[in-house]
This record gives sequence, structure tokens and C-alpha cells, in this order.
Amino acid sequence: MSRLPLLSLLVFLPWFGAAALALLPRLSEAAHRRFALAASLSTLAVALALLRGFDPARTAPQFVEKHAWIGALNVNYHLGLDGLSLILVLLTGLVAPAALGASFRSGEFRGFAAFFLTLQGAALGVFLALDFFHWFIFWELSLIPAYFLIKIWGGPGATRAAYQFVIYTIGGSAFLLLGFASLFSAAGTFDFQQLAQLGADGSLARKLGGDGSWWLQAVFLGVLLGLAVKVPLWPFHTWLPPAYAEAPTGASMFLTAVMSKMGVYGFLRILWPIFPRELQAAAPWLMVLALGGVLLGAWGAMRQTDLKRMVAYSSVNHLSYCLLALFAVAHASGKSGAFSEAATAALSGTLLQMFNHGLSAAALFFCVGVLEERSGNRRGVDDFGGVRTVAPLFAALTGVAMFSSLGLPGLNGFVGEFLIFRGVFGLAPWAAAIAALGLLATAIFLLTFWQRVFHGPVVGATPGFKDLTLAEAVPLLPATALMVILGVYPQLLAGLINPLVTAWAGQLTPP
Amino acid sequence: MRVPAHLLWLIPALPLLAAGIGAFAPRTARRTTAGSAIAAMAISFLLSCGALVTALRDPAVHAVHNFAWFDLGHGALRLGWLLDPLTALMGVMVTLVGLLIFIFSAGYMAEDANFKQFFCFLSLFGAAMLGLLVANSLLLLFICWELVGLASYLLIGFWFHQPSAAAAAKKAFITTRIGDLGLLVGLLWLYDATGSLLFFDGGEGVLEAGPLAALSAQTTVGGLAVSTAIGLLIFCGAAGKSGQFPLHVWLPDAMEGPTPVSALIHAATMVAAGVFLIARVYPLLAADLTLPSAPLHALSVVATIGAITALLGAVIAVGQNDIKRILAFSTVSQLGYMMLALGVGSWVTAIFHLLTHAFFKALLFLGAGSVIHAAHHEQDIRRLGGLRAPLRVTFATFAVGMMALAGVPFLFSGFWSKEAILHAAHGWSVSQLPFAAGLIAVVLTAFYTTRLVAEVFLGTPRGEGAARAQESPAVMTVPLVLLAVCAALLGFIGTPWWPWLQRTLDPTFATEPGGFGLMAVSIVLVATGLGAGWALYARIPRSSAGEADPVERRAPRLFAALADRLGFDELYAATVGRLNAWTAAFADALDRRVWDGTVRLLAGLGLFTGQVTRETDENLINGGFDAASGGLRSGGRAYSRGQSGDTHSYLRYIAIGFTLIALAVLLGVRR
Repeated sequence: MSRLPLLSLLVFLPWFGAAALALLPRLSEAAHRRFALAASLSTLAVALALLRGFDPARTAPQFVEKHAWIGALNVNYHLGLDGLSLILVLLTGLVAPAALGASFRSGEFRGFAAFFLTLQGAALGVFLALDFFHWFIFWELSLIPAYFLIKIWGGPGATRAAYQFVIYTIGGSAFLLLGFASLFSAAGTFDFQQLAQLGADGSLARKLGGDGSWWLQAVFLGVLLGLAVKVPLWPFHTWLPPAYAEAPTGASMFLTAVMSKMGVYGFLRILWPIFPRELQAAAPWLMVLALGGVLLGAWGAMRQTDLKRMVAYSSVNHLSYCLLALFAVAHASGKSGAFSEAATAALSGTLLQMFNHGLSAAALFFCVGVLEERSGNRRGVDDFGGVRTVAPLFAALTGVAMFSSLGLPGLNGFVGEFLIFRGVFGLAPWAAAIAALGLLATAIFLLTFWQRVFHGPVVGATPGFKDLTLAEAVPLLPATALMVILGVYPQLLAGLINPLVTAWAGQLTPP
Repeated sequence: MRVPAHLLWLIPALPLLAAGIGAFAPRTARRTTAGSAIAAMAISFLLSCGALVTALRDPAVHAVHNFAWFDLGHGALRLGWLLDPLTALMGVMVTLVGLLIFIFSAGYMAEDANFKQFFCFLSLFGAAMLGLLVANSLLLLFICWELVGLASYLLIGFWFHQPSAAAAAKKAFITTRIGDLGLLVGLLWLYDATGSLLFFDGGEGVLEAGPLAALSAQTTVGGLAVSTAIGLLIFCGAAGKSGQFPLHVWLPDAMEGPTPVSALIHAATMVAAGVFLIARVYPLLAADLTLPSAPLHALSVVATIGAITALLGAVIAVGQNDIKRILAFSTVSQLGYMMLALGVGSWVTAIFHLLTHAFFKALLFLGAGSVIHAAHHEQDIRRLGGLRAPLRVTFATFAVGMMALAGVPFLFSGFWSKEAILHAAHGWSVSQLPFAAGLIAVVLTAFYTTRLVAEVFLGTPRGEGAARAQESPAVMTVPLVLLAVCAALLGFIGTPWWPWLQRTLDPTFATEPGGFGLMAVSIVLVATGLGAGWALYARIPRSSAGEADPVERRAPRLFAALADRLGFDELYAATVGRLNAWTAAFADALDRRVWDGTVRLLAGLGLFTGQVTRETDENLINGGFDAASGGLRSGGRAYSRGQSGDTHSYLRYIAIGFTLIALAVLLGVRR
């Protein structure tokens, strides 16, 4: 092929940037910033190039790169991109440079950027790899830079939070690895597409001891556990609030926007296609857990006095909607008729919600970071008052992010949540009705945050608070603009994923 | 000029453009923002008139223009615009009242530092409200519905540095969102049951005969028809937005917003959106009327809630002392009348009352604004008084509004529309209780309006603000005069002798002869209320602010209960509020104690295992080897140092461990 290996470029350009920053001699701080930002922006540039060549109507992976790698284990270097991967790559391309830009003033920026770019490349690898072997390498590799970003650049409780985050996630991944080891021994391949094929026609289950055998169940649960911790699925979420809260702003932005999507991606790309029947059997229970995340995540957020913990809990709530939709679809698979329409809506909603949550949660973390930076590291909900009086631009941008997060129609968050609710209602009406309470709780805690911090008299850490200059607002502006644009014209994203999710819903035994 | 359905989008788009200009204009661009907002509203008014002309050419037709919003499955999610007399009449009302209030605001808000932002938010509201009217899709209506909620939130909290305003804004948003959850679930159900959310779509729309018949033919929980259940869920949203019992508590607090906002959003237009919504989906709610064995008719619930609200609002209004809160409870009561009319099956009279109420209530609120402006921000009627002489125009116009609200016969619009509602309620076959509630509320309305006018305008000034009052500028009084003209004359489009409005909205509308006895009864009731109010408040006006209210003197505990709004806020704080706080505390405690506790326990087990291994290594294994080999001993020590709690070494061990297990599994199964 004469064409550029765009997908490899996507992964390796940030890594190249990281290596160059780490190994080349120290330059001026400004040069480091420019270089790191360029390396991070490479994702957006390549993603836009991919967008031009991408054909939404084809549901199979595109831009495929497949090379034999380890013959003895039948491992291929296999990258591919479909609509799901594409929107996550676009999200990474948008959020990563903004997160890096938000971290320009962190100490020892060169090291920060090297770790950050490593993390960025690894996350992209997860979204593109189609072979478990290097997918898992990317998956685990993302933890190491995240660990150091939290531990070195984080807040006072960072060491413990980072430790818990890494051990908990690795603990989950260990089961995932074990599960895949036995899958490999049964099927002789690590290739996602082949495994999905075997999963769909039931031969994988036979090789693992037949439907209902305890070994098959154990393998399924192992993979489930690894992914559930990563998302996280309630109640495996307790590592998340401390990790997000203690991480530096830029890392929090990336963790919530991109890394939390790795887990949901895993559910869609791995668990559901390879274990359709097992997931269907477990779906009622999993829906209860997802509802737990929707409701208790939102109500838990209400009790937080640390604003970063509050935003972290809201992420638990928002990601649980994605999982709820997926579990509802898995639960209903095999049924015919109107279910297919509801399933299409639920899956579209899931994908849109992944993107939209990435934008709004990252923006909210950025805004809390601004509060923190300008008040000498205070970020308690009662530490401020009347910020809108002294910083109208900052308040306006935070307001858009907040209303996007609470799903106000006209902004992006609504479209995804509406489709999820529309789909889940068609598949499991009771679950949709209960989950709707989460929308109320989200409105309550976000508006309480807004009331306490931005409204009222100018008190606490607010006097002397300076409004954002336009330059400082730059990392936030693209996200804010997209929140409005995608709220009014969701076709921009929906057009990329609709054929894919329609095909998934059509088979209800996905690719 | 004609404005067909496919151009209807222009009507909301122009105020939206003005809002955009307002958002990006510099803070000092006061004239630009106010000018563009007023100009956009004026052009939208002309376009609405064009739309009305177009719609009147064939009132029975629902002209639609549907379009795809985004791809979904094998089709697309479609939205659309709808032009019929209901949309067009509402559009003319909203743009006309809006235009007058925008002009008034330019005077009222002239000294406010955030003048520009005010007009930006007002335009945003105008766009969303007009979008709501022209929507041919419940989803598009819901989107605009939430956006008017946003504008309301922003404008109630416009003086956000005051904690009371910030709290009122939040309360309004949350309370209406409780109702909106019902609306959302109803919308989802409707979508799932019919596969569409378009109102009219060539026979496929949810308000057309085929889908409606299907909806009322299915039953769900408790033997309810699906159409009944969906209708009631939609009504939850309408009840929240239109301040119906038990969700009425936010509306009086919303008076924390600037007075033009109270007039436009919380009296004339947005709060009437719930009534509009029910009128729009009326065929859906009425679909179960033809079922002989339905356990519950959706419209009966609407009528009951409406009657309760009409009475409740009027009762509480008697005991309020804030000029704006009296008007707010009066709005609650009047919206109750409209719901009552919808419930008893006369949606056209509900819309009639909606239109007349919009004008006279906007007039009353702007009149109150003129009073407050003139009296240096004094809102307590006990400290006002004697304003008849200095505020001549305000007094005259306010009196017109007051008589329209009280239903003074013949010359005032409120009389005709309220009369139509009472007539419809009297004819309801299910129960006469709503009719009775409506009659009692008539007396109370006449009573509290008389009290309001007497306290504010008669007697002598009882406060410093009132003593120094001067008439407001022309930019404020001219809109008052125009609104007063409408408030007087608008009733004549729907009299029993010439029910033009009713026939336009519903070509099958038939006037029943008679009803003059009923008219006489209600005239007597109005006279009773006016007379009682006159006797208590106007005959001997209050002489000082500290003097007790005549009703208070006669029934102190009743008056205190009314002044406390019958304790609804306290009740909700003690029940719903506490439940919410408990749930949050539970969620948090569950995380901190149970789930995090489990994680700590597992971590502790891991550490314990590490300890055991280390002790075993050192004492048993190493102890044995020690005697045999000193070299191995140092190796063992090095190994034991690995169990130090150091993250990196733990990571390493975990990786090694699982690689080994993985290999074991691989080899085990191969063999």
C-alpha cells in the first residue's frame, strides 16, 4: 500500500513526542510547550485526515493495518477504525491538547508532557487495536503514565489515590488477562473479529465447556470484571473519586474524557460481541448495577464538598447511562420487531453520550481547575461565592459546560441522553423510568454548586478573583462551541455512527 | 402578507439572532442589544400576524413542514413546524405582549449594570417560547420547553448576587424539572408506542385518528388506557410549568426576578405554556372519553387539579402583603381556571382565557412595576398607599387590569373568558365540584383585587418611597395604555353572541343558548367580592403601615396561615427535601463505608498474605537454609525486602504472578 499508515501514526506520533521530550536535551520552557502541544495536536490533525477518507456507510473497520507479528502465538499487529473508534479518536484529539494546554503552568512541564503524551498514545492504541495482544499492552501501558501524573503532579492525597487507582485497575485487568488466556487456549486466536465470529455462532462457548458451564461463566466474569473496574461500573467505582480529585487538572480532564471511555469501549468491542449470550443472561443484574451508578452516583455527588469529587461522581452517573443502554440492548437481543428501533436509539445514544460526556466533564474539570488555581488550591463548594459577579466570562463558559452536563436540550448532552432514554424505555421501561430520577438529581447538585459558587454575594476566596483572559479561555472555547453545535446539529456525529449502530442493532449479535 | 408553515422558523429565529447579538456584544452596547431585541420582536410580531392571516384562510387545516434532524436507524429523527389557528393566535399574543414588555423594560431596567445581559436573556426567552408554539413535534416542543425554563432560571436569578434570587431561580428550575420528568417519560412512551413524535404527519402523527385509536385501545397498569397514562404523564409537565397544585410553590418565589420578567414569563406567556401544551395534545387526553369502561379519564384529573389550584391560589392571595406575590398567586389561580376549562372539555375557552389573561396580567404586573419603580423599590402594600394622585396613568390602567381580573361585567375581557369557563364547568357531566370551586374563587378574586387596589392607590402614603413617588416615563406608560386597551376590548372576540375565537380554534364549536341565569349569578358574586373588599379596605383606608389587616383582626390565625402560604414550602422541605438529603447521605455513606470498606478489607488481606509469606520465608524456609548456606541467606533477605509495601515491586510481582498463572493455564489446557 502506498497510503500512509494513518492509524499507526495516530498512536506513535504522541509517543514519538514523549520520547523526544524525555530524551532530547532540555530546551526553553516555551519550546517544550510548543513541541508537546504539536505532538498532542497531531492526533487531531490525523483524525481530521481520517474523517475525510472515512466512509460511514461501511460498517467494517477501515484504514486497516494488519501485519504478522508473533507467529507462534498467532498474534498480528492489527489496527482498524470504525465509527465507534473514530468518534473516540476525535474526542481524544479535541480533549488531549486542551488538557495539555491547561497544564502549561505545572511545574517540571517537560516530564508532565512526556507522561501525558505516553498516556495519549496508549489510549489511542486501545481504541484502534483489533488484536487482544497489543490491545492489552496499550490498556495496561496507559496506567503507568497516569499513575505518575497523579502521584507527582497531584494534590496532597495523591500518593494514596494513585496507588489505589493503579492497584484496583490492575487487579481488574488481571482477571481480564486470565480470561483472554483461556479464550486463546480455546480458540487459538487473539483477534477480536475472529473471536466475535466464534462468539456469535456459539462455537466459542462449546470450546469452553458449553453454554452454562462454570468455566465459561468464570471467563466471562473475568473479562467483565476487568472492564467494569475501568469504566467504572457501580459498585467498582470507589477508586475514581479520589483519583480524579487528586490528579492535576490536565490529567483529570484526560482521565474523565478519554480513559473512562476505554472501559465502555471494551464493553462494546469485546464483551458484548464475544459473549453475547452470557451478557444477555447477566443483563438484568447488570442493569440494576448501572441504575445504582445512575442514581447513587448522582446523589453521592450531592454530598461532596470537594468540587472535583463532585464532578467525578457526576462522571459515574453519566457513564452509567451508557452501560444501562448497552445492558438493556443485550438483554433484549434476539427479540424482533420494534426492539430493533429501540436498540438503535440506545446504541446511538451510548456512542453520542461517550463523546458528549468527554467534552462536558473535561470542561467542568478545567473550570474547577481555574477556581483552584486562582484561590490558592481551594476547591470546596463553600469556599466561594459570587464568582459570576467578578468573572462573567468564566461564569458563562462554566455555565455552558454545566448545562451541557445536566442534559439541557439545545446543548450536546441532551441528544445522547434522550436517545439512551428512548432506547431503554423501549427495551426495559421500568429501568428508564427509574433512571429519569438521575436527571433530577443531576440538576439538583449542579445547580446547587452553581448557586453556592457563582451566585450570592462576593465572599470567601472570590474577592480578587480575576476573570479569564481570552488566551486563558482558549482550551475551553472549542469544547464550548462544539457543545452548542452538536446540540443543535447532532447529525455531525450521528452521521458517522448511524450505519454502524443500525447494523449492530439489526443483527443484535454485533460484529 | 402570508407566512406559510415552512417559513415559521423565522418567527423564533429572529429573537434568537438578537440573543446571539446580545451575547457577543460588548457590555456597553446597551442600545444595540435593546434595539435588536425590540426590532426582532417587532418583526416576529408582523410575521405572526402574517401567519394568522394564512391560518385563518382555512382554520380547520393543520399545515405542517417536517424535516429530518439527524439519521437514526434506517430513517431519521424528524421534527417539524406547525401552522394552525392555535399556533398563530398564541404567536400573535406572545409577540405583541413581548414587544410591549421589551419596550417597557428599556425604561425599567435603564439603570441596571447588566442591561445588555437582560435583553440577551429576554430575547433567548422569546425565541424559545415562540419555538415552543410553532413546533410540530412533542420533542421539539420539549426542547423549547426546557429552554424557556433556562431563560426563566436566568431571569429569576438575574440579580444573582441576592441569595434570595439565586435560591428562587434554583427552586423554579428544580420544581419544574420534577414535572418535566413526567413529561419526558410520557414523551418516551408516546414515541415507543407510536414510533413518532410529530403531531401531524399525513395520518401518521400522534394527534391523528389512527395512532390515537391505537393508543386508547391498549391498556396498561390498573386498566388505564395507554393514552390516559401518557396524557397524565404529559400533564405532570404542564402542571409544573403552569404552577398547578402541588407544584405551584416555585411561581410566587419567581417574583424575585425583575418585574418585566414577572410580567412576561411568570404571568403572560411561559407559565401559560402548560395550558397551551394540554390544548395542543388535547385529542390525546380526550381519546379515552369514548371508552365506556375506563377507570379514570385523564381530563377528569386535569379538571380536579385545575379546580383545586384556582381555589387555592385565590385563597392564599388574600393573605399576601407583597404586591407582586398577590399577583403571582392570582396567576396561579387563573392558570387553575384554564386547566379547569381544559379538564371539562372546553379547550377553546381555556385558550380564550389564556389570551385575555395574558394581556390583563401583563398590564397588572407592568403597573406593579411602574408602582415599584416610582415608589423607590417599595413592594409592601402596607407601606404604599395614596398613589392615585401622583401616578395617574398607572392608576387608571391598573384599575382596568384589576377589573378585568376581577371579572367586572361587560366592558372587561376577563369577564367574558371567565364566564365561558364557568359555563363550561357548569355543563360538565362528571361533577359540579369544579364549578363550585370556580364560583367561590370568583368572589375571592374580586375581593383580593379590590384589596390590592385600595391598599396601593387609595388613602395616604404610608412609607417614604410612596411619599416621594413620581409617574414613570412614557417608555413605561405607553405600553401600559396599549395593554389596557387590549385588556378591555379583547373579550369581545369570544362573547356568547359572537364566539369568533372559539369557532376559529374549533370549527365544530357550538354555542348553547341560555346561560344568562349563570351570568347573573356570577355578576352577583363579583359584586359581593368587590363590595366586601370595598367595605373592609376602601371605605376607611389604612392609616399606617403597622396597622393590622382587617381580615387579620377578625381571624388572626387564618390570616397567618394564608400569609404563610398554607405551609406548603415547610411541608415539602420536611418531606421531599429531607428524603433527598437522606438519599444523598446514604449514597455517600454506602461508598465510604461499604464499598470502600470492602476494598480496604481486600487490601488488608493482601497485606496480611504478604506478611505471612515473609514470616514463612524468614523463619521456616530461610531458617532451614541458613544452616546450610550463608549465600542463600542473603538472597532470602533480599527477597524479603521486596515485601515492603513498595508499589513498584507489587506491580512487578502481580505481573509476574499472572504471567505464571497464564502460562500454567495455557499449558494445562494444551495438555
